[in-house]
Amino acid sequence: MRRILCLLLCLTGTAYAQIDSTLLRRKPATKNDMQLNMDAVYNRPFLSMGKLPVALGGYAEANWQHLGTEGITDGHQFQMQRMTLFVSSSIGKRLKFLSELEFEDGTKEINIEFAAVDMEFHPMLNLRGGIIMNPIGAFNQNHDGPKWEFVDRPTSAVAMLPATWSNVGFGVYGKQYKKDWVLAYEVYATNGFDNRIIDNTNGRTFLPATKLNRDRFEESYNGVPMITAKGAVRHRNIAELGVSYMGGVYNKFEQDGFVLDKRRSINVVAVDANTTIPRSNTFITGEWAWVSTDVPPTYSEQYGRRQHGGFADIVQPVYRKPLLGFDESVINIACRLEYVDWNVGTFAQTGSNIADHFVSVVPAISWRPSGQTVIRVNYRYNLQTDLLGNPAQRTAGFQAGFSSYF
Amino acid sequence: MPNFISLLCNTLIMKRITVFLLLGLAGYTIVSSCKKVQPSAPANEAILDGPVEGLTPAQNIIFLRGDVAFNDEIFTSETGLGPIFVATSCGSCHAGDGKGHPFSTLTRFGQTDSTGNKYLTKGAPQLQHRALPGFEPEKLPEGATFTRLMPPANTGVGYLEAVTDQDLLAMSDPTDADGDGISGTVNWIPIKNYINLQDGAVTKNGKCIGRFGKKAGAYNLMQQTASAYNQDMGISSLYEPIDTYTGLEIDPEVSTQTLNDVVFYLQTLKAPIQRNPTHPDVVAGKQLFVQADCAKCHKPELKTGYSPIAPLSYQSFYPYTDMLMHDMGPGLDDGYTEGMATTAEWRTPALWGLGLSKNSQGGSYFLLHDGRAHSIQDAIMLHGGEATNSRNKYNALPESDKKKMLTFLESL
Repeated sequence: MRRILCLLLCLTGTAYAQIDSTLLRRKPATKNDMQLNMDAVYNRPFLSMGKLPVALGGYAEANWQHLGTEGITDGHQFQMQRMTLFVSSSIGKRLKFLSELEFEDGTKEINIEFAAVDMEFHPMLNLRGGIIMNPIGAFNQNHDGPKWEFVDRPTSAVAMLPATWSNVGFGVYGKQYKKDWVLAYEVYATNGFDNRIIDNTNGRTFLPATKLNRDRFEESYNGVPMITAKGAVRHRNIAELGVSYMGGVYNKFEQDGFVLDKRRSINVVAVDANTTIPRSNTFITGEWAWVSTDVPPTYSEQYGRRQHGGFADIVQPVYRKPLLGFDESVINIACRLEYVDWNVGTFAQTGSNIADHFVSVVPAISWRPSGQTVIRVNYRYNLQTDLLGNPAQRTAGFQAGFSSYF
Repeated sequence: MPNFISLLCNTLIMKRITVFLLLGLAGYTIVSSCKKVQPSAPANEAILDGPVEGLTPAQNIIFLRGDVAFNDEIFTSETGLGPIFVATSCGSCHAGDGKGHPFSTLTRFGQTDSTGNKYLTKGAPQLQHRALPGFEPEKLPEGATFTRLMPPANTGVGYLEAVTDQDLLAMSDPTDADGDGISGTVNWIPIKNYINLQDGAVTKNGKCIGRFGKKAGAYNLMQQTASAYNQDMGISSLYEPIDTYTGLEIDPEVSTQTLNDVVFYLQTLKAPIQRNPTHPDVVAGKQLFVQADCAKCHKPELKTGYSPIAPLSYQSFYPYTDMLMHDMGPGLDDGYTEGMATTAEWRTPALWGLGLSKNSQGGSYFLLHDGRAHSIQDAIMLHGGEATNSRNKYNALPESDKKKMLTFLESL
């Protein structure tokens, strides 16, 4: 009995020690002029404990919104958009692991967004395998809520491109510094899309619909790898520019040796850029993407063969002084411009333009009490035109919320 | 004392209180102005959709269910689409409950007279010209005559359904007994086994009077709806269980509850509301419309009989149709028909909502049965047969009077 009591006392002591905050070390995200979007996955604030080679992190974001469409509103809405947990560990000197687990809308969606092992052979040659973020555009790589001044993610990134978009696969990446320049590349082969991109309840070519395929982390839909590649270059004093490609066969063309259809491909090209204007400290970032999908000619024209769209964010710090006891406080004003043409083309029946496009303007004010937390207020104004080009549906309203690493 | 206030104001706590007060004020301003900075609802007369007035809360619930099924539900291969089809949703053919666009035009083929369709084993009566990946859509059989049909507006169709057979027969004049050159007839069509005939329905040799479709080939909105799910989207139901691709009976892909909800939604869509009815040009244009005998077929006012939906019961309404079949001449004869109608006969389309058609047709007019007319004047000038006299009267009007009549028609 005495031994059991001793053991319990020891365990209690250990447990008490585990929550002693003095043992926790916070490793902030590094800020330097040579970071690229591809670094975002590891460049996050982490909390490590003692000499354990494991670090934890994450972020949460919640918001309120009151939006209305043509006089109809759902009223006040409070949303827990997402909570994400990171776990990283140094397995060895040049071996590391990171995973990102995301809970969206409470527990409505639970996804492993990233879970990969990185092995460094040379700065220009790293092997990465596991569940990886396909590096198409910039937002898919660099999407953490606390980094953005806007409550919603960009429509072109999450609804035209499928951010956040990850798949099982392998690939290589590398980075080379030379004076004020940094060059980087990534190439991955992963599982890919499925027929849902043109057979979905959205009624348009919609790449994110493929995320409903829960088997994609287990098996390829058609056995053909999807290739994603990105090249990026940054000059310390100028800007970062990235060009990326993602493509492959999306449909199930064969099963058990039976031909079901011809091979149909999807090709996506994206360009992204970001810069900070030195004098005004104005931060500008954006991306533009083009999607080309081989839609069968006998299928409905509402599923577009070509799409394009993008966004541009302009963020201007206007007040950089201690505020309410927060010494690193910054107030920004910002504006996001968005555009998506979901269906680039003309009707075979009339030769007239197929509309189905989206335009949005989102002015914003954000307060960053620290670099890891943002409180933001947005006013959103959207115009969505239907396939035929009838008068656009207008949506507008306020959104406010916070997003913070923890 | 002033020094004390100044000292107080300079303290950190006062600064923080001030900031909090400002933030609170900003928050209050935002929350209280939410609706003011949002797009306002369009005027009721500027849109076609929306319910009739006077629905009960329970009816509102059913209306909303039907609205979602009609406008939001897009079918996929998983939910039964096709495999051959014309459209993927109800709403894609009737944007905003208005008229369709050439993109969603239907093609029907194979019937040239009252003896029935000779191409039923070859996919008739409707061509499903689209197909899921891997499947081949239908092609028109060689030798089959066909017509293209523009999807109609849905608004006010509940009123049309509630017009009694007796009223339709009273308006008809199959032998042109009054000698005015206009001989409207009803279309006698076979009764589907799932159709519940309305109170006082008139039948003739086992056939009933059709009301819906360009040839009045459907008896009521249930038949129109079940048929559209099946023929337009390849969706089987308890009432229309035959797969358009295999020709075999299959399990229902849409529930009977959903069908009922959609039918209720259609029945209770409001009637289009005329804009500027008292404008002098509109008033004058209406007089010219009557003087040109247009109103003999495009009857301004009809009345409903009994309807189990109270707001539709015994109501006067203003559709500008007689719901009868009229011979429109060789120019509009596509060599296809339904029921007892001849190939040149078309049911008088309702003109209500005409001026709002462009808002559902992508900003252009696509009028007449197949959308061949790109303006109201084009549509008038393409009238023939029984409407030749009216067309000529319109054509003889001075330009200013033509403009007034067009202004009136656009106000509908």
